[in-house]
Amino acid sequence: MPEKRIVLKNCGVIDPRDINTYLGQDGFKALAKARTELTPEQVIAEIKGSGLRGRGGAGFPAGLKWELARNAPGTEKYVICNADEGEVGTFKDRYILGRDPFSLIEAMAIAGYAIGSQTGYIYLRAEYYYLLNLLQNAIAQAQEGGFLKGLVIEICEGAGFYVCGEETALMDSIEGRRGEVRFRPPFPPTQGLWGKPTIINNVETLINIPQIILNGAEWFNHIGTERSKGTKVFSISGDVERPGVYELVMGSPLRELVEELALARDVKLVQVGGAAGRVLPYQEIDTPLAFETVLGAGAVIVFNESRDVIDIVFRTMEFFAEECCGKCTPCRLGTEAMIEILAKFVQGSGSKEDLTVLEDTARMMQLTSLCGLGQTAPNAVVDTLQYFPDLYQARISKSEVP
Amino acid sequence: MADKSLPQLLASYRERKHLLALLKEIQEVYGYLPGEFIPEIARSLGLPVAEVYGVGTFYSFLSARLQGRNVIRVCKSAPCWLKNCELIVETLKRELGIGPGETTRDGRFSLQLTNCIGACDQAPAMMINDTTYVDLTPEKIPEILGGYK
Ligand SMILES: Cc1cc2nc3c(=O)[nH]c(=O)nc-3n(C[C@H](O)[C@H](O)[C@H](O)COP(=O)(O)O)c2cc1C
Ligand code: FES
Repeated sequence: MPEKRIVLKNCGVIDPRDINTYLGQDGFKALAKARTELTPEQVIAEIKGSGLRGRGGAGFPAGLKWELARNAPGTEKYVICNADEGEVGTFKDRYILGRDPFSLIEAMAIAGYAIGSQTGYIYLRAEYYYLLNLLQNAIAQAQEGGFLKGLVIEICEGAGFYVCGEETALMDSIEGRRGEVRFRPPFPPTQGLWGKPTIINNVETLINIPQIILNGAEWFNHIGTERSKGTKVFSISGDVERPGVYELVMGSPLRELVEELALARDVKLVQVGGAAGRVLPYQEIDTPLAFETVLGAGAVIVFNESRDVIDIVFRTMEFFAEECCGKCTPCRLGTEAMIEILAKFVQGSGSKEDLTVLEDTARMMQLTSLCGLGQTAPNAVVDTLQYFPDLYQARISKSEVP
Repeated sequence: MADKSLPQLLASYRERKHLLALLKEIQEVYGYLPGEFIPEIARSLGLPVAEVYGVGTFYSFLSARLQGRNVIRVCKSAPCWLKNCELIVETLKRELGIGPGETTRDGRFSLQLTNCIGACDQAPAMMINDTTYVDLTPEKIPEILGGYK
């Protein structure tokens, strides 16, 4: 399946510092169409009909989220763009923000119109401070051009914490608190920021919106697979010749991205979805990339034959232990326990019992953690135990083997 | 060193939602969050001391210990590790005479390790203050450091 540009359509085409170049590419036409030809309900119906699902990792249907917020009682509502992009191996939002900030602003204005919100926030990770000025400039130009009528967009800077990309932790962080995950329900579309109805969407999810409004739900619905519509923007890095950002139609085989576009050779395994993602051995390289199979936020990290699997898993778990917010016990203690055990396997002094504990701990974390961090932290362990059991066996202490 | 006093800072951040922004500015001005500021911030915003302390110790860009004038954050996540970020860390250690988590005696640099900073396509990468440096090699390090006072 071919590369296709929907999300990246303007990247490298417009000047991100000049709104006129954006207007030259049909910029703000979708917003005008929404405001003059469609009711807010019709906008939401288009998004629902398009089948667009969230690109930040969880894949929740965007239109449904908007509808819930639209129908929630109250006049004060919020639109948040999640630009925290903390998943290991993800940089596509950085790429998009730096090249096409206007599409994001247009999308937020459409979202504001659809749910009835006067305030939007862009939560920008602290590491992307260098994009702040560009974004502010784009917002100011949109305002001067009269495109934001009634919508104020503020940029809120993060302060360095992976978990703040989780939607409820992010809201706590905007409110000036510790970015700890909230208990749900209530869900953000009914009680989000400051307890008010809130939609939160990833940068890439939002960038799709103007195209859908302009070209119609039908058009979008015909691209991709049954349950994954449109394209996906991938960030690929690691043992590849051409790392970078590639946009592919949903359902494209992993092989196309890894071998044909990024030119990887001697692939041992691929982590799809970053640290929280799934580990696929080379024999699974023809897996289609979609919500039905593997996707996450589209981070693809390639490891070649020279890499040590247990080392990779250990480092992945280290990441989660460091980035755990500490609020729930399964995640806080589970990640620590796993590191301890994995360290033994790194040194070749694991035991059979350790393997059982790893499996049990993994299941416990998946079932009982408060948020996606703890629920997905064991993924790399679970997948490598399945695909590379021999490697774990080989690291069981010699004295243990009968 | 500080060009703004605490009362001046407190005057420009009056609401609860400004707590994080206030702490970030204090960090910028003073190089850390002095412990003695915490009760005053709490009083000014009408918050419990524990809450201010809690927020102040949560985020990786805030620090309760005095940091160097320039904070180096070297990425150690998988994509950078695959591109030998360990060599970059070794070079920095040698150039600065300190290890991760430490500050040079002249207060010029602090060295930290960090997780993915979103530059994996140009790994290995690091940040110094707000600037990201990519495609690093050991040879590039001395010149980059030379640009900081
Ligand atoms: C630990 C954790 C970190 C997350 N980080 C991000 C992130 O950096 N960016 C993002 O868009 N979504 C992130 N998410 C997903 C958000 O919680 C949320 O699902 C998303 O912002 C919703 O937008 P979408 O439906 O458009 O994807 C994270 C989730 C978890 C559990
Ligand atoms: S892993 Fe180093 S920048 Fe992403």
